[in-house]
Amino acid sequence: MLTGARLFFATLLAGALLAGAAEARTVVWARSGDALTLDPHAQNEGPTHALNHHIYEPLIIRDPQGKPLPALAESWEITSDPTVWEFKLRRGVKFHDGRPFTVDDVIFSFERAMQPTSDMKSLLSSIDQLIRVDDYTLQIKTKGPNPLLPANLTDLFIMSKSWAEEHGATKVQDFKNKEENYAVRHANGTGPFVLVSREPDVKTVMKRNENYWGKGQVPLEITELVYVPIKSDATRIAALLSGEVDFVQDVPVQDIQRLQQDENLRVVIGPENRAIFLGMNVGDPELKSSNIKGRNPFADKRVRHAINMAVNRQAIQKVVMRGQSIPTGIIAPPGVNGYTKELDVIPPHDIEKAKALLAEAGYPDGFSVSLHCPNDRYVNDEAICQAIVGQLAQIGIQVNLVSQSKSLHFPALQKNEVDFYLLGWGVPTFDSHYIFAYLYHTKTDKEGGWNSTRYSNPKIDEMTASLTQETDLAKRNQIIAEMWKILQDETIYIPIHIQTLAYAMKPDLDIPVDISNQPKLKFVRFKNQQQ
Amino acid sequence: MQKTYSQPTSRREALGSTLRRAWDSDLAWSFRHSPMAILASFTTLVFFLLALFAPWIAPQNAFDPGAIRLEDGFLEPMERSSSTGMLYVLGTDSQGRDILSAILYGSRISLLVGFASVGFSMVLGVTLGLIAGFVGGRTDALIMRIADIQLSFPAILIALLVFGIGRGLIPPSQHEQMAIIVLIIAIGLSHWAQYARTVRGSTMVEKGKEYVQAARVMGRSSLAIMREHVLPNVIGPVLVIATINLALAIIEEATLSFLGVGVPPTQPSLGTLIRVGQQFLFSGEWWILLFPSLALIILALAVNLFGDWLRDALNPRLK
Repeated sequence: MLTGARLFFATLLAGALLAGAAEARTVVWARSGDALTLDPHAQNEGPTHALNHHIYEPLIIRDPQGKPLPALAESWEITSDPTVWEFKLRRGVKFHDGRPFTVDDVIFSFERAMQPTSDMKSLLSSIDQLIRVDDYTLQIKTKGPNPLLPANLTDLFIMSKSWAEEHGATKVQDFKNKEENYAVRHANGTGPFVLVSREPDVKTVMKRNENYWGKGQVPLEITELVYVPIKSDATRIAALLSGEVDFVQDVPVQDIQRLQQDENLRVVIGPENRAIFLGMNVGDPELKSSNIKGRNPFADKRVRHAINMAVNRQAIQKVVMRGQSIPTGIIAPPGVNGYTKELDVIPPHDIEKAKALLAEAGYPDGFSVSLHCPNDRYVNDEAICQAIVGQLAQIGIQVNLVSQSKSLHFPALQKNEVDFYLLGWGVPTFDSHYIFAYLYHTKTDKEGGWNSTRYSNPKIDEMTASLTQETDLAKRNQIIAEMWKILQDETIYIPIHIQTLAYAMKPDLDIPVDISNQPKLKFVRFKNQQQ
Repeated sequence: MQKTYSQPTSRREALGSTLRRAWDSDLAWSFRHSPMAILASFTTLVFFLLALFAPWIAPQNAFDPGAIRLEDGFLEPMERSSSTGMLYVLGTDSQGRDILSAILYGSRISLLVGFASVGFSMVLGVTLGLIAGFVGGRTDALIMRIADIQLSFPAILIALLVFGIGRGLIPPSQHEQMAIIVLIIAIGLSHWAQYARTVRGSTMVEKGKEYVQAARVMGRSSLAIMREHVLPNVIGPVLVIATINLALAIIEEATLSFLGVGVPPTQPSLGTLIRVGQQFLFSGEWWILLFPSLALIILALAVNLFGDWLRDALNPRLK
């Protein structure tokens, strides 16, 4: 009797589950590293934004080609006053916990992102005043006319003001000093997915936001999204092959060919809007990690030019990247305003000339220095650094490689603790100002957040500031060109390449390569396998 | 005069008789009649010599980044360098490093870490075991409880823990230079308990014997008795454990390096080579993984078989 009843209920339950299974589809999304934090303003870092884009939303997002699309703002335009932008906000949007979204949340989030511990502050440095016109209209007054302001807002996530106040998360997490706040592991956004659970470096589970404003406009077919960082290349690919993972965003270059041949997988390839380069401490009187005391070899431009010549970009492209990169001579990727073919000159690989330059600078026997490198951030980052170690050894520079996880690498950079480092820089605004403000401007409370070279040039700082106020685009481009001319000669960074991205996924998914490497999975529509 | 004349002869005779006695001993007899032991010890010896003389034998200095040509990356076994014409017998890895040289230099690190960590854990374990067994009481209880706790964890976990702490204490810029020392300490600390347990047991047996009592009556200090009287009588089993642990330590080093926490990739040990190689398992570059793995298997197997034989030969109950 009892077993009979159990069987009956079990059948019933199984039937219900099967009926549900047709609609519910979990997607497991694997990358090499985790988002550093969920606090949307603490780290201006690609994978961190990529995850946060599913929970939080900015006013404007970009499609896979980089074209702006309305998100929380429905429209935006410059008012009759050229220093004032007006944003019409979307009505009827609710945060995940049901709080309504209004202009107060936008003003709160912008002000939060302008705090000293925020990593997003350089993007907002041109803002003078935030004006609340009504519940759904925001005016932004800039210090001078800034026609490119909207391009700076595409990763600027909007938090709920009352939620942040309730949980004491109004201050931005001080990431480099290892601080935590409520918003680091909890989130309340307006985005297409709701955070269910987060275990840093293990997994983050999100479920579909059933009250999403965009329902009907975007497919939003994924019911559950599980984000798992898998550091080892082989393990990540094995997880995809075994079916444990549905979508791998960081496909190792050595596996692309094999995965392309697999009929049960889809592989897409495309360039990323990101340059990979080396940075050097050019400002300190002496390098902590060097055997040369009393002077800093990197401070000498000849040494920097010698290194630029010793790095064999073609060999790195051929062997380390297996062709999946574009060697570059400038840290601005093509497509960014300010990039020109004339600036993108790769110095010929010349060991003898490099050695002669080093000798001329007073280092005929070279010197030693530590190179800091992440091992879970960029395509083959550690292998690139190993190759650099070998290439610099050929001109007598003994490089001690310190390769570590990005969660240790990035804070060390931001605290100016390293002499020589690998970094990649994507340009979400598609404008050179973003590069100047973060990487060349003197490191201050407001600007130069990722300039770990200690480079400080008042002229460059001044010109960077003038870019946010110049309305005449031709004149503005003239300043940009002039700045690149100076900076290319300074060579405080050694550009290596523009990395190519490869995504691999199950065949019922079709996720195009996102030029900013921030795929937005609300756009995913499952392909019908039966057809 | 006569004395000076006869002494060398007697010395030579003494040496000869020692050798003859060694040759006739049970151990040597057992060795001569065990082809496995001969093969195992011969293989170990060959590995040891190859590793020792790697700088003269290896075609390339695998640890000198300046000697490695990135352009020669991923060459198949028996391919030649396009620039220098050098022959890569076992192929090259992802950085253009000659696999054969990398194995020779890598087994150097593996053997160095193996021997040093076994030495470290042996000294530590024997000392603590002697003290525990000889002094007894609370000291004994304390040392043995620590050993018990440690024995309840897998050795690799202890090594990972110690390595993690060690890395935390050392600034990141020193990691590369200190990695091997930290590795030796980490592996050494994960194995001392076995030695301590064995030595403590035999010490407790020995300390009740007449010769120890005699030494006591003669007024020798505890330290001297432990070192000169008890130690030589308890060391036999320790040597067996040490031989078996050598293979374990080599594998443990490889495991740690495989997990990416051991020696840095610029100075690869066998484990690091295997870690690097397994990335290319799916893409068809099999030689990067296969040859270092084979080398590790052969080395660990040879040392292990030799240890097994030694244990059997010294254990009268197994005969």
